[in-house]
Amino acid sequence: MIYLRLFYEFFKAGLFAVGGGLATVPFLQNIGASTGWYTGADLANMIAVSESTPGPMGVNMATYVGYTVGGAPGAVIATLGLICPSIIVIIIVSAFLQKFRDNKYVAYIFYGLRPASTGLVAAAGWGVIAISLLELGGVDGAQISFSLNWKLLVLAAVVFGCTHEEHLKKLHPIVWIALAAVAGVVFGL
Amino acid sequence: MNIYLDLFLTFAKVGVCTFGGGYAMLPILQREVVEKKGWATDEELTDYYAIGQCTPGVIAVNTATFIGHKYKGIPGGILATLGLVFPSIVMITVIAAFLKNFADSPYVIHAFNGVRACVCVLIFNAVVKLQKSSVIDTPAAILFFVTFLLSAIWGISPAVIVLAAGVIGLVLKLIAEKRGDKA
Repeated sequence: MIYLRLFYEFFKAGLFAVGGGLATVPFLQNIGASTGWYTGADLANMIAVSESTPGPMGVNMATYVGYTVGGAPGAVIATLGLICPSIIVIIIVSAFLQKFRDNKYVAYIFYGLRPASTGLVAAAGWGVIAISLLELGGVDGAQISFSLNWKLLVLAAVVFGCTHEEHLKKLHPIVWIALAAVAGVVFGL
Repeated sequence: MNIYLDLFLTFAKVGVCTFGGGYAMLPILQREVVEKKGWATDEELTDYYAIGQCTPGVIAVNTATFIGHKYKGIPGGILATLGLVFPSIVMITVIAAFLKNFADSPYVIHAFNGVRACVCVLIFNAVVKLQKSSVIDTPAAILFFVTFLLSAIWGISPAVIVLAAGVIGLVLKLIAEKRGDKA
């Protein structure tokens, strides 16, 4: 029964992949290799689509793989498989957290967690900047390849200016995302 | 509007507006969930991201379950998460069925490059907002910078960093408490 297998495989990915959507990639490779449902090249295409469409990447990849394997029902089942462990684990953690929210030691732990969590988001943001704006390549021999993508930097500067302008900053973030997509097509970024 | 329907639709909107991983979802959550609905504070979002990175599953999904559960219990957690993934299921199915070469289209590539530049700025703005409630004193500022370096430069696993930071926070506060007792 392919749907059952699909659910099982994605439940496993959801249970053992810790972190962002990219953490699920090794699991997806593994599923493809052990079942023969899709090749590595198929997967690369699915990742590319998942990155450039709305929705969190990890969820998009599960849906895409599920569709490839079992059509529309497969897409639904793979996605449900992926989110099931999260729902179970987080509901338990969240219930625990609400019970001990006023506990002094829990508050102490969060005192350390909060700046670290913010630092991790900053690092992830830096990762996107390094790849897309600075085109910071890997270390190539002894030299780090580095070239500024001027057009994208200008676009980023414009968005930054707009999102800090007194009246414009009230606009929904999706407005800026949509305008940036249009700018990308118009200026061939 | 029915509370549960509201949760589902709000998170569906968050799903539609997110391009990239769970981090790209942060600016959208701040707008929709913190500012518009008041279902969580910036501080709580930081907590959820911290925990979401060392528990199983995709960060975006974990955060949605957290917010939904805190607001309306177990059904809330489930509905928020289903709302978040609903647009993905619809859109990816359509693309997979009808647009086989979607990712190769020059229009998609150009548009996505623009989106990425924009998402960089949005994440930056989100961090500036978050640090107001999380980086509250000198030790916290040091933790913030060390975490940033460990993750951005050396690629240390977020789960390890989060666990270590929790321990450091606990120890620092206990030491401060002891000193306070003596004084």
